Amino acid sequence: MRSRADAVIIGGGVIGSSIAYHLAKEGVKNVVLLERHSFCTGSTGRCGAGVREQWGSERNCRLAQASINAFERLTEELGYEGDIEFKQKGYLILAHTEKEWEQFKKNVALQNSLGIPSKLLTPREAKEIVPILNTDGMLGATYNRRDGHCNPFHTTWAYAQAARRLGVELQYFTEATGIRMEGGKVVAVDTTRGTISTPVVINAAGPWAKPVARMVGVDLPVYTQRHQILATEPTGPIINPMVMSFSIGIYCQQTPHGSIIMGIGDTREPKGYDIGSSWEFLREMSRIILRLLPVLESLRVVRQWSGLYTVTPDAHPILGGVPGIDGYYQAVGFSGHGFMLAPSVGRIISELVVGKTPFIDITGLDLGRFERGELQVEPSVV
Amino acid sequence: MRRSVEEKSSLEQRNVIVCRCEDVTLEEVRRAIAQGATTLDEIKRLLRAGMGPCQGRTCRELLARELAAHLGKPVGEIMPPTFRPPAKPVKLGLVSRMVEDVSSGDGDSSPEGGESR
Ligand SMILES: Cc1cc2nc3c(=O)[nH]c(=O)nc-3n(C[C@H](O)[C@H](O)[C@H](O)COP(=O)(O)OP(=O)(O)OC[C@H]3O[C@@H](n4cnc5c(N)ncnc54)[C@H](O)[C@@H]3O)c2cc1C
Repeated sequence: MRSRADAVIIGGGVIGSSIAYHLAKEGVKNVVLLERHSFCTGSTGRCGAGVREQWGSERNCRLAQASINAFERLTEELGYEGDIEFKQKGYLILAHTEKEWEQFKKNVALQNSLGIPSKLLTPREAKEIVPILNTDGMLGATYNRRDGHCNPFHTTWAYAQAARRLGVELQYFTEATGIRMEGGKVVAVDTTRGTISTPVVINAAGPWAKPVARMVGVDLPVYTQRHQILATEPTGPIINPMVMSFSIGIYCQQTPHGSIIMGIGDTREPKGYDIGSSWEFLREMSRIILRLLPVLESLRVVRQWSGLYTVTPDAHPILGGVPGIDGYYQAVGFSGHGFMLAPSVGRIISELVVGKTPFIDITGLDLGRFERGELQVEPSVV
Repeated sequence: MRRSVEEKSSLEQRNVIVCRCEDVTLEEVRRAIAQGATTLDEIKRLLRAGMGPCQGRTCRELLARELAAHLGKPVGEIMPPTFRPPAKPVKLGLVSRMVEDVSSGDGDSSPEGGESR
């Protein structure tokens, strides 16, 4: 392992891997990426990998919009010999309550003003897009054809391999155990394989961002929470877009491989680091999904698993540096939608590191917003 | 017609199916290992080997042997892949009709139980 670097990234999920690639692309070639396990062991390898620009806050819309632009040509940009499998089959977001229908009207107006081609649909129009959908009790839906999903493993691997070709050292099975500071400046990172002197360290540790931030004395206002998910056996194409509901708290999508992936956002799930799987989830998930998509009844569940959300009080990520800690940057607290923001975030963080103005304005996404009390909560999350 | 040994072996690799559920060939596995995959979980993540209906019962051994050979380790030292429930594929309709108090979660409870609510 290198003993000296220009920047060290802690975390080899999609965020750390995207940052590694973008830093190298910015010309910072002597970069070491530290990952305690193998690639995609954290949240990234457990996620639904859905990608949408239908958000309720302008900042989330802009971050996601730029990411979709990047995903559209990412396989080529990264020179990946596989395929990140970005399929733009849209997101159909269902409204069952007056409150969410009112919110959706505002969301679509905002999205359209930013150039996002989302639309409000009647239940009948929604059924044209997903014929097997039970629209009983539905008030309407929103749809955006640019949304879709990727393969999280290939996306992360593609970023990591491209970074490596540009000179980044990928250190899997290597844990960061401490960050050394001198006079308010980062000077080195201690790892299970020795110490690396570096003026820059980037916290991309996902659910473990809080303990990593503590290494420089920063207390992150985030908590981790289990989210469960399952995959069925493959079947012929029956659901084109991602089907999602915030009030019911579910999402369901068919992968290119044919299997159907679905999960719920259950607020009763334990906080902490438990990533076990429960029977209760299987039962609850099946009951909810069969009300919406009854024909899935005869499909078999082949796998269930769970992963962690890292949640902030306003459901927006925390990006950038921290005043008074020279050389420390963070990209954390993605609140369940970090996969889809990875292209934008990787670019923004690397631009900050080299002293450029980020290509998307990130005012208000800093850590300081929580102390200032300037929170604008994202309403549209599962 | 005669083929060189190399040609033959690459043909073999291309044709040998390691994971039958997901149609993964030996050639694909060797390529992933060459790119830096060192665990069964990584091979699974990149190639879907072991993600099909049998959940790796057939290919696990073959893949472990392949990795062991490449890493120069005994097969016993290859980390087993993560096991994911359910143990056997189960229909969504059936799970939805499970009774409330499935206590042990071993999947034995009666599907005919209906809803207890
Ligand atoms: C069930 C589920 C469904 C989801 N669905 C979606 C979705 O549809 N769309 C979407 O955009 N997002 C989704 N998400 C959220 C998404 O998974 C995360 O926001 C995203 O993967 C975060 O990426 P990351 O790289 O920050 O974190 P991770 O992938 O967790 O990577 C962090 C890595 O840091 C490593 N690490 C931690 N501490 C150290 C240390 N001290 N030294 C070295 N390494 C360390 C960990 O091992 C880990 O691999 C979902 C999440 C879950 C759980």
